[in-house]
Amino acid sequence: MIEFKLPSLGADMDQGTLLEWKVSPGDTVRKGQVVAVVDTSKAAVDVEIWVDGVVRELLVHPGETVPTGAVLATFDGVGETLLAPGATVRPAPPPPVARISAAHRISPAARKHAEELGVDIGHIAGSGPDGGVTVEDVERAALAARAAPAATAAEAGPRRPVTPAARKRARELGIDIETVTASGPGGAMLLEDVERAAAPATPAAPAKDRQSEMRRAIAAAMSRSKREIPHYYLAETVPMKSALDWLTTINTGRPVTERLLMAVVQLKAVALALKKFPEMNGFYRDNTFQPAAAAHLGVAISLRQGGLIAPALHDVGEKPLEQLMRELADLVKRARAGSLRSSELSDPTITVTNLGEQGVAAVYGVIYPPQVALVGFGRIAEQPWAEKGALSVMPAMTASLAADHRVSDGHRGALFLAELRELLQQPEILK
Amino acid sequence: MNEQELRATVIATLKTIAPEVEEGDLRPDKPLRNQVDLDSMDWLNFLIGLHEKLKVDIPETDYAKLVTLGDVLAYLQSKTK
Repeated sequence: MIEFKLPSLGADMDQGTLLEWKVSPGDTVRKGQVVAVVDTSKAAVDVEIWVDGVVRELLVHPGETVPTGAVLATFDGVGETLLAPGATVRPAPPPPVARISAAHRISPAARKHAEELGVDIGHIAGSGPDGGVTVEDVERAALAARAAPAATAAEAGPRRPVTPAARKRARELGIDIETVTASGPGGAMLLEDVERAAAPATPAAPAKDRQSEMRRAIAAAMSRSKREIPHYYLAETVPMKSALDWLTTINTGRPVTERLLMAVVQLKAVALALKKFPEMNGFYRDNTFQPAAAAHLGVAISLRQGGLIAPALHDVGEKPLEQLMRELADLVKRARAGSLRSSELSDPTITVTNLGEQGVAAVYGVIYPPQVALVGFGRIAEQPWAEKGALSVMPAMTASLAADHRVSDGHRGALFLAELRELLQQPEILK
Repeated sequence: MNEQELRATVIATLKTIAPEVEEGDLRPDKPLRNQVDLDSMDWLNFLIGLHEKLKVDIPETDYAKLVTLGDVLAYLQSKTK
């Protein structure tokens, strides 16, 4: 059985309100299919399933607000080995009889190992002869349990401290204390937690509240970034004559519907530069840097009613500019309309901001955790240019890098920006 | 298409990109992109909208002529005659 959890939708979205299920129990779903729509502080998100399977049970109902990581539904997997974000695969509990016999058929070494690791042997599917549990099965089960710490802790964690007043009030109100979220020190449950739980469920935030919600969400993510990430900042002046001339040539004769913007040329250059600098592309989690295989560029998009969002443009390094242009136009349109897919919010491996569009000379960004770098492009403007002893006028821009010093050093960051500058001098290879 | 109809079409197209725009607040003699906060993607979508509604072709080399709302109206007037 697969527990389908509300996936992480970025550092600044820690909860969502289920608006709608797109599937019913018994439906067959394909990996990548949109199964639910969840409202967040930034957008109504189409939540995708990460495995092929069949819907077993829908656990959260429309109107309910749940934190990321909460189990939304259960599925029976077809290819249960496809472990992916948002879905946690656990060995299916065998039927009771089999479980007893399997529990009996556990080698002494496996039993001892299970005790050491704190794994419940009753829940381990045996792969040995006649379903016997082996040491490897125990280790696999321990790994699976560790992969789902939030859910396991919530289900099987020790009883939380509850103040006497809270326990009494819960009894009076007829509330199951186990379902109440605690806010006291050390996870203690307070009287007010019980009363909050007793209050009628708050409906999805109306549009008017979305702005203050978004402000709060951005504040939380950016505060976390500045608190946890030791940023370093670099900037490089990039001559843009070659790229501008090349783009003009490309766009001449093209109908307005097929023209390219410099923004996609810049994005492609970033993605290609990242191939030589993997330490700028990925996630910093659990005190470790995890480089990403592909460059999914989070494109900072300002929303007209205020706030911003940086959804992913996937596999930028592998796509021709025409395709990137179509996808970027679609992404901007949907971001502004407040309709994005969950993968677009959870996948960005680096962020690119093009604040130069609004006229600033340079932008020094705040890294979006758990990413480790942010590239900023300033305005492209003519400036006096001294080269080989002569002065000329050159269109140029400032490209900047904000990067995580836990993962990379300024020297590598400088080489990355130099690579980016060089790529933008050879626009034909960015096609 | 008379001047008034053309103006209405331009404003309606602009509103599909920037719904908050109030026609009365637009100065015809000031750069449109600054007044309405249009980035290059918004601007391109604005031109695509005009291209589709008015069936005019707007080559990139003409972008420099399209700075103010007045410029845009005059340009389109000459193109739709």
